[in-house]
Amino acid sequence: MDGLLLLEQTFNGLQFGVMLFLMAAGLTLVFGIMDMVNLAHGSLYMVGAYIATTFTQWTGSFVLGILLAVPATALVGIAVEVVVLRTLYDRDHLDQVLATFGLILFFNELVRTVWGPAALFSDIPAFLQGQVEIIPGVPYPAYRLAIIGVGLAVALALYLIVSRTRMGMLIRAGASNREMAGALGVNIKLLFTLVFGLGAAFAGLAGMMTGPITTVEPGMGDPILILAFVVIIIGGIGSVRGAFVAAILVGLVDTIGRAFLPQFFRLFVADSTADAVGPAVASMLIYILMAAVLFFRPQGLFPARTG
Amino acid sequence: MQALRQPRLLAQLILLLLLAAVPPVMTAIDEPFYTSLFTRIMIFAIAAASLDLILGYGGMVSFGHAAYIGVGAYTVGILSFYGVDNGFIQFPLAVLLSAVFAAVIGAICIRTSGVYFIMITLAFAQMLYFLGISLEEYGGDDGMPVYRSEFGGLLDLYDANHLYYLVFAVLAATLYFGHRLVNSRFGMVVRGMKSNSLRMRAVGYPVYWYRLTAYVISGTMCGVAGALFANWSEFVSPDIMHWVRSGDLIIMVIVGGMGTLFGPVLGATAFLLMEEYLPEILEGTAPGAGEHWHFVFGPILILIVLFAKGGIFGLFGGRERGDD
Repeated sequence: MDGLLLLEQTFNGLQFGVMLFLMAAGLTLVFGIMDMVNLAHGSLYMVGAYIATTFTQWTGSFVLGILLAVPATALVGIAVEVVVLRTLYDRDHLDQVLATFGLILFFNELVRTVWGPAALFSDIPAFLQGQVEIIPGVPYPAYRLAIIGVGLAVALALYLIVSRTRMGMLIRAGASNREMAGALGVNIKLLFTLVFGLGAAFAGLAGMMTGPITTVEPGMGDPILILAFVVIIIGGIGSVRGAFVAAILVGLVDTIGRAFLPQFFRLFVADSTADAVGPAVASMLIYILMAAVLFFRPQGLFPARTG
Repeated sequence: MQALRQPRLLAQLILLLLLAAVPPVMTAIDEPFYTSLFTRIMIFAIAAASLDLILGYGGMVSFGHAAYIGVGAYTVGILSFYGVDNGFIQFPLAVLLSAVFAAVIGAICIRTSGVYFIMITLAFAQMLYFLGISLEEYGGDDGMPVYRSEFGGLLDLYDANHLYYLVFAVLAATLYFGHRLVNSRFGMVVRGMKSNSLRMRAVGYPVYWYRLTAYVISGTMCGVAGALFANWSEFVSPDIMHWVRSGDLIIMVIVGGMGTLFGPVLGATAFLLMEEYLPEILEGTAPGAGEHWHFVFGPILILIVLFAKGGIFGLFGGRERGDD
C-alpha cells in the first residue's frame, strides 16, 4: 500500500512542482534580465485565476476561459510594467521590494472590491473530471495529470523560446549585459515589457489551473509567491533551468514530506510525539532545504551569473 | 546648547518630550485609548529602529525581522503559560533567546548577500511562523492569552501608564544605545561595509563577523520589542511573525527615514496612525470605502518610494553627521 501512496504523492508533488515552475519562470526571467525583485508576481497569479473564473462563467467553457484569460493577464502584467515597474529598474532592491509590496496591497484590495471578499469556486471541466490509471490499478485524477502535462509543455516551450528564437537570443543578451545589448540596437524597453508580459501570462496560467483544485480568493497569490521565491533562490536567480529543477525538487519535498514525515518520525519516537513533530517539521521542510542549499552554495544550485 | 541649533536633534528632543507627555495628557482629557495606541506605536518603533541598525546603517535588508518579535513574544507567552510571570526572568530570557536565534539564523544568512539575503531571511521567518502554527500546546494557529509580566511590585503593567513608561524607557534606551553604537568604531566599520565591503575586507576587517554581530544586536533588540508586545496585547499568536509584518517593519523604516535612528520612530508612528485612521477617513468620503483602505495605502507606499527618498525625517532638513 505504501508504495502506491508514495507513487500518488510523487505525482502530487510533480503537479505542485510544475505549478511552482510556472510561477518561478516569470519571476526568474524578470529577475535575471531586469535585476528586479517583483513581489507583485503573486498578484498576477491571483488576477489570472479571477479573470479565468469570470471568463469561464461568461463563455461556459473552461478551455475558452483560459485561452482568453492568458492574454488578458499578460496585458495586466504589461500595464503594471509600463505604469509602475519601469520606473523602478534603476532603483535598488529595497525600493523595488517596497513598491511591489504596495502593489500587492493594491491588487488584493482590487479583487476584493471587484469580485467581493468571498472565495470563488470553479469546477473542474467535465472532460477532465474522471480518473486515469497511471499504471494498471492505480487511478489518478485526470485534471491533476493535465496540469502536469500543461506545465511540462510550457517548460519545454519556454526552453525552446529562450534557446532557439530571436526573442530568446535577445533575452539572453539582455541578461548578460543590458547596456551592451541596448548599444547594439536592441530595444531593451520593449524587450523588458514583453518578457514581463510573458512572465505574467505564466503566473496567470498557474493561478488559472490551480483555481479549480483550491479556491480563488483575495491574497491567494501571497503564499505561492514566497514558495516561488524559495524556488528561484534554490535554483539560482536568473536561471530557467535552475528554476525548473528547484521547482520539481521543492514540490516533491514538500508534498512527500507532509505525507510521510509523521510516519517516518514514528520509527524513532513515540507516536504522540511523532504526530506533533511530524507536521511541524514538514511545514518547515522546504525552508530547511533552502537554508541548507544556501549554506553550501550561497548562489543557488545553478548560478546564472557570477558576481 | 550647540545641539539645539541642529534642526534634527531639536526635532528629536521635542518629539521625545511629546511622547513622554502622552499619558498625563490623555488621562486628563479622559482618552485612555491613545495611551494604549502610543504604547503600541513605541513598541513597533523599537522593532523598526532595531531593523534600521542593520538595514539603514549596515545595508542588510532583512525581510524576516518579525521573527524576532515572535521569539520575544513567545518567550514571555510560554513562560506565562507555565506560570512564570516574573519579568526579571522573562525579559532576560527573551533577550537571550532572541540573541541565540539571531546568531544561528544570522550565521547562515550573512553568508549570502543582496537579494539572496532578503529571501533567506524571509525563509527563516516563515520557518518560525510555521513552527508557531504547529505549537498546538500553545494555541497553534489561534495563539494564546498571556498574563502581563510582574516586576516584584516595582511596576504594575496592568496600569496603562506603567506599561507606557516601561516601553518609553526601553525606546529611549534603544535610541541612546543605537546612537552610541552607530557612532562607535564598530558602527563606523559596519557602515563602511555598507558603502564598500570589498574595500573594508581589503583593509583587514573580518566583514562576516562584524555583520553577524550587528545582526545579532539588531535581532536581540527586536526580541525585546516582542516581549513588550506580548505584554501590551496580552496575547501571542503566529500572526505577529507573518511575513507581511516583516514588510510592515521595512515600510516603517523607509517611510520614516532609512539610516537615521529617529526616522523609524516617525515611520512607526505614521504607519500605525495611518492603519488606525485611514479607514475612518475613507469611510468619511464614501460609505463602505473604509474597509478597502489598502486600496489607497498601496499606491501611497509606491509614491513614497518613488518620490520621497529621505522619508519623513528627511523633511527636517540637514543630514546627520557622517551620513553617506
